[in-house]
Amino acid sequence: MQPSSRDFKANAHRALGDATLQGALGFMMREGFAVRRAEAVARLPEFEALREAAKRLKDEVLQHLDFYLETFERNVERAGGAVHWCRTAAEAREAVLTICRDAGARIVTKGKSMVGEEIAINEALEANGIAPVETDLGEYIIQIRHEPPSHIVAPAVHLAKEQVAESFRATHRALDPARPLDQPRQMLDEARAILREKFLDADVGITGANFLVAETGSSIIVTNEGNGDLTQTLPKVHIVLASIEKVVPTLEDATLLLRLLARSATGQEFSTYTTISTGTRRDGDPDGPAAYHVVLVDNGRSALLGSVFQDMLRCIRCAACLNHCPVYGAVGGHAYGWVYPGPMGAVLTPALIGVGEAASLPEASTFCGRCESVCPVKIPLPRLMRHWRERAFAARLPPATQRWGLGAWVFLARRPALYRPLAAAAARLLGACGRGRGRFRALPLAGGWTDKRDLPAPAGRSFMSLWAERQKRRA
Amino acid sequence: MPDRPVRVGLLVTCLVDLFRPAVGFAAVRLLEQAGCTVEVPAAQTCCGQPAYNSGDRASAVAIARQVIDAFEPYDYVVVPSGSCGGMLKEHYPLLLAADPALAPRARALAAKTFELIAFLADVMKLERIAARYDGVATYHDACSGLRELGIKAQPRRLLAQVAGLTLTEMATPETCCGFGGTFCVKYPDISDRMVSDKVADIAATGADTLLAGDLGCLLNMAGKLSRRGLATRVRHVAEVLAGMTDAPPIGVAEGR
Amino acid sequence: MSAARDEILGRIRTALGPGSDAAADALAARLAAHPRHLVPARAQGLDRAQRVALFAALAVAADATVARVAQAADVPAAVAQYLAARNLAARVVMTPDPLLDQCPWPSAPMLAIRRGVAAADDAVGVSAAFAGIAETGTLMLISGPDSPTTNNFLPETHIVVLNEAQIVGIYEDAWDRLRAARMAGGVALPRTINLVTGPSRTGDIAQRLELGAHGPRRLHIVLVEGDDGGAAAER
Repeated sequence: MQPSSRDFKANAHRALGDATLQGALGFMMREGFAVRRAEAVARLPEFEALREAAKRLKDEVLQHLDFYLETFERNVERAGGAVHWCRTAAEAREAVLTICRDAGARIVTKGKSMVGEEIAINEALEANGIAPVETDLGEYIIQIRHEPPSHIVAPAVHLAKEQVAESFRATHRALDPARPLDQPRQMLDEARAILREKFLDADVGITGANFLVAETGSSIIVTNEGNGDLTQTLPKVHIVLASIEKVVPTLEDATLLLRLLARSATGQEFSTYTTISTGTRRDGDPDGPAAYHVVLVDNGRSALLGSVFQDMLRCIRCAACLNHCPVYGAVGGHAYGWVYPGPMGAVLTPALIGVGEAASLPEASTFCGRCESVCPVKIPLPRLMRHWRERAFAARLPPATQRWGLGAWVFLARRPALYRPLAAAAARLLGACGRGRGRFRALPLAGGWTDKRDLPAPAGRSFMSLWAERQKRRA
Repeated sequence: MPDRPVRVGLLVTCLVDLFRPAVGFAAVRLLEQAGCTVEVPAAQTCCGQPAYNSGDRASAVAIARQVIDAFEPYDYVVVPSGSCGGMLKEHYPLLLAADPALAPRARALAAKTFELIAFLADVMKLERIAARYDGVATYHDACSGLRELGIKAQPRRLLAQVAGLTLTEMATPETCCGFGGTFCVKYPDISDRMVSDKVADIAATGADTLLAGDLGCLLNMAGKLSRRGLATRVRHVAEVLAGMTDAPPIGVAEGR
Repeated sequence: MSAARDEILGRIRTALGPGSDAAADALAARLAAHPRHLVPARAQGLDRAQRVALFAALAVAADATVARVAQAADVPAAVAQYLAARNLAARVVMTPDPLLDQCPWPSAPMLAIRRGVAAADDAVGVSAAFAGIAETGTLMLISGPDSPTTNNFLPETHIVVLNEAQIVGIYEDAWDRLRAARMAGGVALPRTINLVTGPSRTGDIAQRLELGAHGPRRLHIVLVEGDDGGAAAER
């Protein structure tokens, strides 16, 4: 998808005025994932210790990423599969297209894959006469609406049920227009029937991977719907789209992360379907794919290794940071303008599409720190956002007025002997102006503040000047 | 308690200096009541956080050096703000980690820097508060103080001692109020949404008073409360603990 | 080997700095040893009765249903009863699994049974599990000549038979059993390992949770107490 991260501020403004979106977001933030997560954490005394262990594990893997990727590849091949290394999104698209063409694919079913969104695989398939069908219900809904996902775990969380019903009616034209679609149950049954046909017809199934296991050459996906399983079991070819930092050493290491993943994401003890797939069908297996391909995508990740942003590679895509972020909760995922929203998106997007395009994302944070406090792998998200601000500052990206204002402040702050009398004078002036009401409803140059809230008037004297007087009196 | 009085260097913060000196004087009273001698080094202006959070690392370093020079002679550095306190305690060591001369000095300063309430409760082990405040108050947990410095129980413990004061919790005291330094003016509509939600939460408690430990948050919330026409009295928690509540609350003129 | 592969590995190595053969040996040793991390206490040190109870409680909490029978001989009646109680047609597709072979299916003559891979019009599937994991109330089902994965997902109702002796406390114990059963002699894992916790569900429409998204709408677990499942635990 074409990024619109540059337009974050305008996107956010529109989002704040969208009543339907606000209803969905409000419900999600007040009663959804964050509440469930808190309940799940309360049920597991070891949760904090597991977070620390997971952070250390991921750091350890990153330190030896080449070893684990080579081990993974070897074991994939031993199990009859193939690994395709792709430096860029374009190479990854080409790898997938080649496999699909060789399989004579007409229909491809897809499990949810953020890497798939990142490389825009659906557009590439369609442009080559191959029909991709999203099977995760949320992804299916946004596919028929021609929208990008707004959340990395619940892609359609921004929609009200009326919007879904409208899209079903517009798309499933063969069905009786008078049928009732007021309830989620009815829409689910309809989608289940329609997608059932696609599962059975598909020539190729593409899934993402939550983890890749080096020890066994396996890919792991977690779903609640079972769509990923039907996607990867019924067709003759299974393609896994995975970025390079998904690899973990052993099944035990995957287990550590799986203990944190569902709890952090949705508050479940474990996702309904956690599936470990290894290679092709074995001799004697009555079902399963004859071909297993792992398309291993770099697309900017290796550049983060050894940089101040390396910690971001620990991310296990649970979306806990989104679910707890007041900014995400106010504007939703589309405002961020690309694949990855919320705090993790604010750090990852500039890394993948450049800080020139995406500088607004790490800017639009109060650094409240709640994201970091819920991250299962303890990524210091505010710190990483600040590092992006440093890059943006060094590249002179902030507007001139901001740079000038900050420069003036810094100039004074470094000169206490100059600062003190100016501060005292400013306090007197503003104090005198505001004395009548105690606050300003409007103030020149302070429109950013006073448009929305009053500005309490300064008391009229600066502390430093009062203190100096007090010290003189007592001397 | 040590044999000689504890020497505290008070970093008042730019917002207290400019907007509400009473907070600084309340801090001084509380520290003196706890047995400290308080000095206010003249060479203080700002902790450097605006530059730091804007990505201007070089300026942040320069300001940090100035703060370290001014404050390292003291036994403790006390700050009536979780965000400025956190800047010194958590961020100076990170900011200066690569400077062989400044890094150890930053770490030493960080080790003896405390936010005011945490200092009174955790270091001076203050048990008794002899203040009176008639009212029902709700307490907002400012983000840096909460998540960087672990300040949560201490203000509530001390407020519980204030005669006449009833504490009632809002539904989401730990949710950001939307101030975020320059965030509130760079992204005013998002900030407005956040402070509107916070104000609704405050109003729903029925409390007549809002307290917190950070003046930036307090100015933000007071400004929204008064724009909404709500009469909630807003003060820095130090004012109540020090028994210095004769002056008008934040955003209210003299004589009202 | 491709240029892309070389370049990616090259970039990684440049970023990380030089490794060493000693490091590679240590890493290989760690893989072989597959050490465990911290394991939640709730599912450790439990005796069999406690494991079974925890497994059943958590499976039910995840919206599965659980029926306990004394012997393999009781399984066919339990399956028939389950379907009758829900007004579901007594027609099932059953995996050709040796554990299921031990049950005397003719003792429930009303059950019409087809052995094989599930098809689109099979409404009820009966499978056997490799293990149960008490820690989260999860079934481990593995693919093989006698256990097609398709049967775990296509039918709307999924009935899984499991002997109590197959229930372990924690995931790590299940991996050890799996390795012993399937990776002896360096053979790869089965093509598919399904860890199933309750029936299929989604919250994707207006955040309302509904069961039966694409996988089964009902998951029924028949737990057999008797020891005749002991042989199956070695599979």
